[in-house]
Amino acid sequence: MMENIIEIKDLHFSYSSGDEKSEPKEVLKGIDLNIKKGEFVAVLGHNGSGKSTLAKHLNAILVPTSGKVIVDGIDTSDDSRLFDLRQRAGMVFQNPDNQIVSSIVEEDVAFALENLGVPYEEMRKRVDGALKAVNMYEYRLHSPSQLSGGQKQRVAIAGIIAMQPDCIILDEPTAMLDPQGRKEVMATIQRMNREQGITIVLITHYMDEAAKCGRVVVMDKGKIMLDDKPEKVFSQVEKLKAIGLDVPQVTELVWELRREGFDISPEIISEDECVEALYRIFQQEKRR
Amino acid sequence: MAILETQELTYTYSVGTPFEKTAVDHVDLAIEEGEMIGVMGHTGSGKSTLIQHFNGLLKPTSGKILLDGKDIWEDKSKIRDVRFQVGLVFQYPEYQIFEETVYKDIAFGPKNMGLDDAEIKRRVLETAHDIGLSEELMERSPFELSGGQKRRVAIAGVMAMQPKVLILDEPTAGLDPAGRDKILEHIKAYHRRTKNTILIVSHSMEDIASFADKILVMSNSKLFCYDETVKVFARSKEISEIGLDVPQITKVFEKLKDRGLDFGKDVYTVEYAKNLLLKKLRGGTANC
Amino acid sequence: MLRDITIGQYFPGNSVIHRLDPRFKIVITVLFIVMLFTGDSIICLSAGAVFTFMAIFFSKIKLKMFVKSVKPLVPFLLITAVLNLILVNSGEILWRWKFIKITDEGLNISIFMIIRIILLIMGTSLLTYTTSPITLTDAIERLLSPLKKLRFPVHELAMMMSIALRFIPTLIEETDKIISAQKARGAEIDSGSFKNRARNLISILVPLFVSAFRRADELATAMECRCYNGGDGRTRLRQLKSAPRDYIALAVTILFLAASIAMGILFK
Repeated sequence: MMENIIEIKDLHFSYSSGDEKSEPKEVLKGIDLNIKKGEFVAVLGHNGSGKSTLAKHLNAILVPTSGKVIVDGIDTSDDSRLFDLRQRAGMVFQNPDNQIVSSIVEEDVAFALENLGVPYEEMRKRVDGALKAVNMYEYRLHSPSQLSGGQKQRVAIAGIIAMQPDCIILDEPTAMLDPQGRKEVMATIQRMNREQGITIVLITHYMDEAAKCGRVVVMDKGKIMLDDKPEKVFSQVEKLKAIGLDVPQVTELVWELRREGFDISPEIISEDECVEALYRIFQQEKRR
Repeated sequence: MAILETQELTYTYSVGTPFEKTAVDHVDLAIEEGEMIGVMGHTGSGKSTLIQHFNGLLKPTSGKILLDGKDIWEDKSKIRDVRFQVGLVFQYPEYQIFEETVYKDIAFGPKNMGLDDAEIKRRVLETAHDIGLSEELMERSPFELSGGQKRRVAIAGVMAMQPKVLILDEPTAGLDPAGRDKILEHIKAYHRRTKNTILIVSHSMEDIASFADKILVMSNSKLFCYDETVKVFARSKEISEIGLDVPQITKVFEKLKDRGLDFGKDVYTVEYAKNLLLKKLRGGTANC
Repeated sequence: MLRDITIGQYFPGNSVIHRLDPRFKIVITVLFIVMLFTGDSIICLSAGAVFTFMAIFFSKIKLKMFVKSVKPLVPFLLITAVLNLILVNSGEILWRWKFIKITDEGLNISIFMIIRIILLIMGTSLLTYTTSPITLTDAIERLLSPLKKLRFPVHELAMMMSIALRFIPTLIEETDKIISAQKARGAEIDSGSFKNRARNLISILVPLFVSAFRRADELATAMECRCYNGGDGRTRLRQLKSAPRDYIALAVTILFLAASIAMGILFK
């Protein structure tokens, strides 16, 4: 049994709108979620489902109205361990432009280390290592304005990797990228998970990205609606469509065929699985 | 007759500097009135530069753009009228909103056209209805609205000029599936009502497959192809080669074909795939 | 159009001047300015000119670029010169017309003034041409760090400067985009009546401000998430190390300055 890196217990969170008369708006309505070390979890949900609010709790940008969030053994509402927490659970945001601080790539990657007072020799080593890990080493002296969106996002990831975190939370990191950039970023975080064993929490509304994760948590109206392996989650086509989410085209196709009475597994999320299943059906038909 | 035509259209950036780059290279196109066109091409393929020529924001280095058979640069002083006839909605258009009320922001374009107040009002309300913005929203501040609503206000701002040709650069970028479907539905409804020509730039082949009569593909500053949707997706292998994705379902049917199951048709929507499969399976002609 | 604006233009290179410690470069530039303004004699100015051209030669940047840096200031130079010519009335009169007198001293002062300002611009341009803005900011922060004891917010100022430098290209690009978007809605930015143009300016400024605030807000959160907590206890990736060449350059500068002052006294 692996230990939990993230433990969320009955998390409630309400925004007060600043206006005293109006009721505070409850965005998270009782979340219970445990994530194990080394897991790759996607949190899927439409805009306003509470998924970004949840992400912000993992890094103490927000603290619970009630309930508890424990990350790597640290209670996020414990102010005295804030930097300790943020070093262990790094956060990557949606807009690549608005999280890069320095005009030189390598200095941006060093930003957190500079803040933490890491000595020069150690810092140099970690910065170079982080840049190599995201394949941006040759761009280390470039200005961020010369980079593509996907490259900027990889620099942002390197800035987090340099802190040597146990966990990275990515809040819709690909929403503003083109397909090429999305592929780069997905490949990078998959590699971080596989090679360095870093726990990944990926907030997204792209089902194709969620399909590549080990586990998918679906949120709706401030609650967790589904939490399972991607093929199990996506087989619930009707439920997902009802809350405004997509399923992979192949999953939708097999779902449609099942409704027509064909014997085909609903847990199909990749092209190859679908090709295989369709091929089998035709073989059976032939025999009949 | 073609409403929009380009002849040997070429555009070169930063002529005479080391950064000189031809972004659009001898493009010949004829876009017929009333069509709904999907524009594809990866970042840097020249598609953004091309569409900025259609409404005269960029002036070609050489070649011509004809609107209704007339060279738009024939009389330089009339270029502003071209912008009213060819409406261009940029990427993330909500960032161009500036007025205090939704109504005023949508009215900005029509007002610049010099229309009288009654006509402006008629157009604003009509467009708001087309794009799915209720009348109560008209007097609200656009900055208070949700992301999807802001996007629709910005699109309405261009639609209200009633351009003969409407061009939208990635109108669904960054939106969740529900927001994306809503916007595409409204654009389709607008197209049905006005029968105006519409060009939509999109990275999502699934989306393009759902609305486009024709597809325009740019690659490496050149026009790769401009043809009916079915015919373009039939070239899915070539399209993959220039770095663009075809819908997942198309790939599945390609692979089935490789394994000897040829349906003789090119598939690019789930609906179509389902019907095709059912016909084959139920029709008892599965022996292919 | 907006892309042509460059603030503190920098030409990357690897010359001796490029490689000098930026802190020394700033000190040297200050000494150079002192040198230009202490002496009045032709010898002092020649020393300044020699110094400038020597530095330009070592920087391997084309002289043309320095001429370019002076160009925008030509009208200003001419006005200064003419004013000096007319207003200085002492000395021998060379030419007169009605109440305007031009004297030899006036002529001298004008010429000196022009040469001095030209050298000043060329010298300071050399600093920005060979030092990236971010390095410059860094050097200023370190040079001013003694002021921290007086509670002067040195680190905060430097951080603001470097963030501003980081976002200049982003905001320029954004402005370009907003202008295009409003033009597509028929806004006339560079023609039309004054009232219209003012209104259209608003259509650009409002979105630009809204976006800048949003960016600032997001950046602040991102910085906090990366453990930013002010300047205390920060270490730096960029190491400024002085090398023998820095001391040599400084020594040469002091020598020039001393010589220039000495000559000024001797040949008065």
